[in-house]
Amino acid sequence: MSLTATRLDPWRWLGAPMLQCMAATILFSLPIRVFGWGLPEPIFCMAPAFAWAMIRPSMVAPFGVLVMGLFLDIFWGGPLGLWALSLLVAYGAVLGARNMMVGQSRPMMWIWFAAACSVAQTVGFLVTQLDARATPNLLAMLWQFLATILLYPFAHRLIDRFDDADVRFR
Amino acid sequence: MSFRDNPLGEIRVPLVWTAGVALVVAVVVAVTLLLGDRRETLRNEAYGVTREVSDAVAAPVSGVVSAPVHWFGALSDGISQYFFAVSENRRLRAELEEAAQLRQEVLGLRDLNERYRDLLGLQTDPPIPMVSARVVSDSRGPFANTRLANAGRERQVQVGNPVMSEYGLVGRVVGVTRGASRVLLLTDIASRTPVMVDRTNARAILAGDGGPNPKLEYLRGHDPVKAGDRIVTSGDGGLMPRGLPVGVAVKGVDGAWRVVLSSEAGAIDFVRILLFEDFSQLVDQDELNARSEPPADGVLPTVGVTSPPPPAPTPAPASPATSAPTARPPAAKAPAPKSPAPKAPAAKASPAPRPASSQPAPAPEVAAPPPVEEPVF
Repeated sequence: MSLTATRLDPWRWLGAPMLQCMAATILFSLPIRVFGWGLPEPIFCMAPAFAWAMIRPSMVAPFGVLVMGLFLDIFWGGPLGLWALSLLVAYGAVLGARNMMVGQSRPMMWIWFAAACSVAQTVGFLVTQLDARATPNLLAMLWQFLATILLYPFAHRLIDRFDDADVRFR
Repeated sequence: MSFRDNPLGEIRVPLVWTAGVALVVAVVVAVTLLLGDRRETLRNEAYGVTREVSDAVAAPVSGVVSAPVHWFGALSDGISQYFFAVSENRRLRAELEEAAQLRQEVLGLRDLNERYRDLLGLQTDPPIPMVSARVVSDSRGPFANTRLANAGRERQVQVGNPVMSEYGLVGRVVGVTRGASRVLLLTDIASRTPVMVDRTNARAILAGDGGPNPKLEYLRGHDPVKAGDRIVTSGDGGLMPRGLPVGVAVKGVDGAWRVVLSSEAGAIDFVRILLFEDFSQLVDQDELNARSEPPADGVLPTVGVTSPPPPAPTPAPASPATSAPTARPPAAKAPAPKSPAPKAPAAKASPAPRPASSQPAPAPEVAAPPPVEEPVF
């Protein structure tokens, strides 16, 4: 008898979303201006980081989050490890609270996703304050936060697809 | 057995624990990388091979991805120019008339300026060579504001080079690889740029905070800046040339003086990288770095430290015209005249022994000073 109802293929629930987020990040980094405004810069990698923690605990997922964070740091030219640490702390927080969050309604989950985003940005804020000895612009952080929480439907879709794949963690 | 009784509960515990251990290991890796990062230093080796390789890959990829956007932009520009050709023509004619008047004024002022420079004997800065590049990627977040330009080491771009758009200063290069260079924007939280208020010459440091309008910090003096004052680079520290346009001063909602950047007036799709190193490019580096070696026998040279080394001792006394420094009369130890010592390149150009008669005539009444311990450089 198989231990899992549907075997989780690491490529499908870890690899593909990671690559999609990286591609979206590259796309949104184009120097385009629409009516004088540049494109927003949401943290696409928050969606899989949140969804992976909700689907099930995994040994590979933290390293997937680490790779995505390092990619953001290198591609955006920020301090190496800043987004890696921010995403990992948010991932850990969601993982720790998943028993409380799992099975809740979609609007409630959206609020939890916003809370996870705020955890990641708070870590980024504190690390940047220590690293650059300056306070990051709160308005710029707010714009990025708002742009990121709009990505919850992507995280929800990922959770919906793989939530029932492993009954051990229901 | 009820549905709630999970028969696989005993399997969950080790999996959760191993997932937790994996998380801790990943966090440790991230913290270690963060502590070892030296992004803001103006040194190429601090940029790291990982970032160089990543930029070298990202630049062409982003260039390809952004190509359709540029084509679409060019197409829409072409269509709008077609439909607004008449009004554009009228506007350009008016601008041309105004420019013709300004040209006459500029020529007169340029002539006057050159005369003043001649009168004052001012040594002006040499022209700074530039490299044009296209911006292929742009990060605008609160923790990193950088751009990737598609010109790199192969075009002599170096870390520290200032970067300008057609409107004003954009930032400076913090990483260079083949085919790409990373530009740290003025708005980045790690960016610190010495600037001055054009009207009052008051110095300040332009400090980015991740927002669109960086702060003016360390402003000194009574009422040094007013809203609308033009901010330019001060050139202090030799990091950037003086007088590059930066923006206009405004009072922020937080009460701090901020700058509306000139470069934000339009899209930064093309930039000019100024191949400016620092003020040291004005001098001959070889001449500046020529080391002066003290004589081994403790005898002070009278002409300069670039005097030729003494020849090997010979049994027959040499004629005064070709005598070695050791055969000089004692008065030769007198202090050298105040005239500047000959420069190193001059000595390189004439390596032959200098005749004794060419040395300054020592004053007979001046007593020889006691031997001085020359520091070894």
